[in-house]
Amino acid sequence: MIKFDRVSKGYAEVSDALVNVSFTIGKGEMVFLTGRSGAGKSTLLKLIALVETVSRGQVFLDGQNLNRVSQREIPFIRRKIGLIFQDYKLLNDRTVADNIALPLLVAGYNHQDIKRRVRAVLDKVGLVGKEKSYPLSLSGGEQQRVGIARAVVNKPSLILADEPTGNLDPELSTEIICLFKQFKQVGVTVFVATHDLTQVVESGCRQLILDRGRLVSG
Amino acid sequence: MKGFFIVHLQALLFSLGQQLRTPFSSILTIAVLSISIALSGLFYLLVKNVTYLTGHLETSNQITLFLGQQVSEQDGRQLQRQLEKHRNIQATRLITKAEGLKEFEHYSGFGDALKALNSNPLPMVVQIFPRLSLTTQQQLQQLLDELKGLPGVSVAKLDMQWVQRLKAIIVLVERAVLVLASILGFAVIFITGNTIRLELQNRQEEVVIAKLVGATNGFIARPFLYSGFWYGFLAGILALLMITGLMKLLQSPLEQLTRLYLGYQDVVFLSVLNSVILLAVSSLLGVVGAWGVLVMQLNRLKPE
Ligand SMILES: Nc1ncnc2c1ncn2[C@@H]1O[C@H](COP(=O)(O)OP(=O)(O)O)[C@@H](O)[C@H]1O
Ligand SMILES: [Mg+2]
Repeated sequence: MIKFDRVSKGYAEVSDALVNVSFTIGKGEMVFLTGRSGAGKSTLLKLIALVETVSRGQVFLDGQNLNRVSQREIPFIRRKIGLIFQDYKLLNDRTVADNIALPLLVAGYNHQDIKRRVRAVLDKVGLVGKEKSYPLSLSGGEQQRVGIARAVVNKPSLILADEPTGNLDPELSTEIICLFKQFKQVGVTVFVATHDLTQVVESGCRQLILDRGRLVSG
Repeated sequence: MKGFFIVHLQALLFSLGQQLRTPFSSILTIAVLSISIALSGLFYLLVKNVTYLTGHLETSNQITLFLGQQVSEQDGRQLQRQLEKHRNIQATRLITKAEGLKEFEHYSGFGDALKALNSNPLPMVVQIFPRLSLTTQQQLQQLLDELKGLPGVSVAKLDMQWVQRLKAIIVLVERAVLVLASILGFAVIFITGNTIRLELQNRQEEVVIAKLVGATNGFIARPFLYSGFWYGFLAGILALLMITGLMKLLQSPLEQLTRLYLGYQDVVFLSVLNSVILLAVSSLLGVVGAWGVLVMQLNRLKPE
């Protein structure tokens, strides 16, 4: 599903955000990406989501070389990926239902399909009854579940989560990880960046460890 | 196809909704735009009216034939009658030597000087009023050449210099108005563009999130393009109201003016077609302004 081949990434100020990183993640796997703050976790996920481009090396997604993707193709590749963020990135002036519907609206689904799918996904993440609420009236755990609902509503084959439990207490974190495991069970590839090691150990999933841009285990 | 239509309709209504949500800044923008558009419209009307009026002025062209000193008054009258029947001549008027002298005395005040001469030095004159159907200079010139060759005619003059000058001025004014209208058109594009740029900035977060969930630039651009359309369209409507109001205000003094100078009253307003074109152009300019900004800015807006 994901293949990194000797990938390096530097920014103008930081020349070695990622150094010579190679790994593969198979379809339907659930993998954690760990490392200290500044190790390059977010950078690695951004390369997959086509938010950043590599300085050297190649990234493959579903067999497609992301170096060779044109600007026009980017939106269509992103529709295959569900992105989840530490700060949720919700639109606070839209209802929960409208937030979740965004990927479907963008992909041109019709009104009926959107309604049906939003209802289904609300049920899956346990937010039934909250569809008319606004994000800021929800708790952190609920907001993150809205973020997750938005990420999976379009039935992506890959979920990328960047510190999804970073702002949540341990109990809520466990709930979120459980949700991810459910998605893995139905064949979705899940790739989670976190520095919450207890969650990783408890889950028993594979772990990739970054240290100052280098992959030290995986 | 139906889905496509509905998506566009939604975006169109949504963008109007956005404008209604920020009425103050929208109204300001629309006001500024409408003033630019109304000015263009008024300039256009100015040119149209002047052209229309001078179109009638051309009919006041006339040719003056100065007859030779040796031509008798009888031969003069004979020539006048003959010319009266000419197919390109509407009317003629004979000014005999005596009448010429009287007019000269009356208008110049040099009468005493002429009285000192023992003979009348003024030639007999036939004034020719060409048919209204002769409108181009070429046709008039042709008639002039023909009259020049007649026996007894020593000099033939076409009195249309002032019409020509006026026409040259009108051409100049037309050009100036065209340039002004273009500048105002660019102003509309830039003002709309800037407004859309601010809207884009205000909704940056939304744009970035939409991009992250797979929105194409086209999808993101759509509501902003419609927003540009609404600015142009609403400003066009307001401009039409302004033009109509102003013309109503000016109508009676303008009519009085034309009646005084031309003997009839007629003021040209914007036709329905003009109004439709004005609305279409102003809407288009709004869309173009929005589009220009979107092309420049959309690829630059990145997650982060
Ligand atoms: N957009 C950017 N511009 C410049 N430097 C950046 C940018 N994003 C990240 N970095 C730098 O790259 C390194 C890795 O950052 P990041 O990938 O965010 O690490 P992590 O997510 O593991 O905390 C850090 O030193 C960070 O300062
Ligand atoms: Mg990070």
